[in-house]
Amino acid sequence: MAATSTRDLGTGLFVLLGFAALAFLLTQTTDLDEYRGDSGYRVVARFQDIAGLKVRAPVTMAGVNIGRVEKIEFDGDRLDALVTLRIENRYDRIPDDSDAAVLTAGLLGSKYIGIGPGGSDTYLADSSEIQLTQSAIVLEKLVSKFLFSQAENTGGGQADP
Amino acid sequence: MVQPGSIVGGLLGFLGKLGASVYFLGEILRQSGIGIARPRLVVEQIHNAGVLSLVIIMTSGLFVGMVLGLQGVDALSRLRQEDILGASVALVLLKELGPVVTALLFAGRAGTALASEIGLMRATDQLSAMEVMAIDPVRRIVAPRFLGGAISLPLLTGVFNVVGILGAWFIGVYVLGVDNGAFWSQMQEYVDPEDIWEGIFKSAAFGVAASLIAVFEGYNAVPTAEGVGLATTRTVVTTSIVILMLDYVITAALL
Repeated sequence: MAATSTRDLGTGLFVLLGFAALAFLLTQTTDLDEYRGDSGYRVVARFQDIAGLKVRAPVTMAGVNIGRVEKIEFDGDRLDALVTLRIENRYDRIPDDSDAAVLTAGLLGSKYIGIGPGGSDTYLADSSEIQLTQSAIVLEKLVSKFLFSQAENTGGGQADP
Repeated sequence: MVQPGSIVGGLLGFLGKLGASVYFLGEILRQSGIGIARPRLVVEQIHNAGVLSLVIIMTSGLFVGMVLGLQGVDALSRLRQEDILGASVALVLLKELGPVVTALLFAGRAGTALASEIGLMRATDQLSAMEVMAIDPVRRIVAPRFLGGAISLPLLTGVFNVVGILGAWFIGVYVLGVDNGAFWSQMQEYVDPEDIWEGIFKSAAFGVAASLIAVFEGYNAVPTAEGVGLATTRTVVTTSIVILMLDYVITAALL
């Protein structure tokens, strides 16, 4: 009988250990807070070009992560991108004339949204819209712009080999 | 008559076995009410398949994690990116190595034990004796072993992953000087809950497959000493191949 109870105890401990391991993985290896349900308020912004911005990309202000991109849609009427941002509730004093820009982490890194503060006395609230937006800088466009200006400077478009 | 050794014969044999094992799975699931009627039988099998595999799983996990730490730092230092060691080790373990290596070890440790136990019962006519006594051997013997294995594998995978991550953490942070804060914060930055669910889903599927193959091979073993040995060998071979194929299919479906 003693052997049986030791075995039961061992099995119970094993099951407990297994679930503790899963709990450890779910809490320690990933940042659950950012994904937890509906917390935070939603703000929309329209961009001409989001160039590779992904859902769940970070939304930052002064370099600090304050939320996530929740939804990206194409607006067929206005022919621009409608991006829904979810911002954490504790950051509820963002002026409503703040601007949003699609930025790139590093030279070729992933895209994120940077919010620059405005000066208004009223704050962004749920489902308000950020009016001032700046689209992503697309590297190809930048390169072609640079090449064209080079061609103009050297005169007549004759680039030296 | 198809020649037994030919490719067509092999394919037909494989298809026949696949069909028979799916049918067997249905039979087991129909009889798995025993898990509620007599939970002690299942607890015993969780002990056999899970607790007794714990040492081998933890040892392997520790060394797999430590080698990932060594190789990770070596590879990432060429890119000056040692800080993402935690993220890369966690993703590799959670999504791929954890479920697959645990399932392969499980096949070697618990699958062979199941197959040879049930095969020996077949060879010594214990299963037939049960049928004579109007006890359904699938219900009394096979179903609890299948359930015990299928429940144990996801738990073992979780343990393997945790020990592996801690092993890589020990090597990376304490031996090779990766920053402790960067190790964990980069991991939390890049690992999504979906990655963890993917691993759990995989290990659950592997648990069903590995346990099913083991009990199927044991139950259908040729009732001789040689037959039991063959069944045990086939369990390991078949489980390994099936798990690696399933892994590809599940990954392709989920990505």
